[in-house]
Amino acid sequence: MAYFLQQLINGLTLGSIYGLIAIGYTMVYGIIGMINFAHGDIFMIGAFISVITFLVLGALGITFVPLALVVVLLMAMIFTAIYGWSVERVAYRPLRGSFRLAPLISAIGVSIALQNAVQIAQGARVKPMEPVIAGGLTLFTDSNNFDVVISYLQIFIMVLTVVLMAGFTYVITRTSLGRQQRACEQDRTMAGLIGVNVDRTISTTFVMGAVLAAVAGLMVTLQYGVIDFYIGFLAGTKAFTAAVLGGIGSLPGAMLGGILIGLIEAFWSAYFTIEYKDVATFGILVLVLIFRPTGLLGKPEVEKV
Amino acid sequence: MLQVQGVHTFYGQIEALKGVDVTVNEGEIVTLIGSNGAGKTTLLMTVCGSPRAAKGKIIFEGEDITRLPTHELVTRGIAQSPEGRRVFPRMTIYENLQMGALRSDPRYFNDDLEMSFAMFPRLKERKDQRAGTLSGGEQQMLAIARALMARPRLLLLDEPSLGLAPLVVRGIFDAIKTINREKKMTVFLVEQNAFHALKLAHRGYVMVNGKITLAGSGAELLANPEIRAAYLEGGH
Repeated sequence: MAYFLQQLINGLTLGSIYGLIAIGYTMVYGIIGMINFAHGDIFMIGAFISVITFLVLGALGITFVPLALVVVLLMAMIFTAIYGWSVERVAYRPLRGSFRLAPLISAIGVSIALQNAVQIAQGARVKPMEPVIAGGLTLFTDSNNFDVVISYLQIFIMVLTVVLMAGFTYVITRTSLGRQQRACEQDRTMAGLIGVNVDRTISTTFVMGAVLAAVAGLMVTLQYGVIDFYIGFLAGTKAFTAAVLGGIGSLPGAMLGGILIGLIEAFWSAYFTIEYKDVATFGILVLVLIFRPTGLLGKPEVEKV
Repeated sequence: MLQVQGVHTFYGQIEALKGVDVTVNEGEIVTLIGSNGAGKTTLLMTVCGSPRAAKGKIIFEGEDITRLPTHELVTRGIAQSPEGRRVFPRMTIYENLQMGALRSDPRYFNDDLEMSFAMFPRLKERKDQRAGTLSGGEQQMLAIARALMARPRLLLLDEPSLGLAPLVVRGIFDAIKTINREKKMTVFLVEQNAFHALKLAHRGYVMVNGKITLAGSGAELLANPEIRAAYLEGGH
């Protein structure tokens, strides 16, 4: 029981991170109907910016943790936002209105380009990062002397995820920006006719996705302590799986999918074999695509004409 | 108010408009009639820049709007209720109306909302319902109301009567008349329902195969034997 609980906590933490990345996939898919395969690499860049900023802050002697976290978060968000915006501008917008596969291929190209750029600029070796938030709470100890621990870092990750999710849900459902995004998603031509600047709305969507990926990048840096130029691929693919599992295009679906993938990975590693955890995750993707292609919360298209 | 001058529009290789000239004066209701595929919808969409005119000029209140981005047209005073209604299906009626008012002064929002609801009480009853669940007639009302929320000076209406019961059609045409008379709004109406449209309109144009073939006052066109044979008798 204690072991189960511990894995639940670990799974939820991991799931929060996947969920945040998955939102970027799902939002972009919703608005322009393409899978942004470079999104995982935007997340990777977020992680690198985090490490670099931590090192710079350390060199400057700023060691007050809350301040450092806020600064790192802001820097990571700003830089990945610029990346997300530029990628859309350079690699996808010129292909809008072209055949469906064109932006997809372009996205894979961007992904390779970003990985290689970071590899050249930062080196191929793994970058270690000292723990910034240490310690945790022991929830209880069972009869076998097994401690169930939730680290302060895990609390930080989960709370930040919940806050971001609440904020995003509010923006999408209640603000004019969110309505404009949904309008573009449902009928882009009509959105233009009533005065929505469609290009700008799409850019904004990319920026929002990138910002969340940056947060996820920071979380991974803090939680796992090592990053390299290749982490975007696996994390991105898993987050994509999460988005499909939840129902691509659906925001709550992305979060739910993320949590589920995190839990599956944690429990699979705990009770079966850690080597096969990725196989388990992608096995789920295959099953979902076969039996429920619209995902768990995907919307069936029922419209009267 | 609106001058379309020698406009050609292409869909790929197909020339949908072959040099169209149309003028709409302030305060008028002008109708464009013609059979399916004549290019009526293309003309309305070309006025809004989607698709763009390949040749020719579109002038609105003295300004050349031919190359203006589509989303700028609302701020100039042109709103459209397009073919097929195109309400946002997964948004509520209220949200659809909010979208219509996107570029208009928020101070007028409540008044405009009341006006729309007064004109189409059904929308008020269902304001929190998703637009995709409405009937065809209700969606048409919503599409018109959404265009009105933009407070346009020129209202473009594309086949507001399509597929609707005669009673509903009458209601919608009455609404158009009211809008024109009381709000002093200029209306450019595209219709297949030639009889109703010509009765309502001050002037009309007839489009065949991407060209304007006839123009005149509503009464003249109604009396024209060619029009009667082609559009009014024989089932229309």
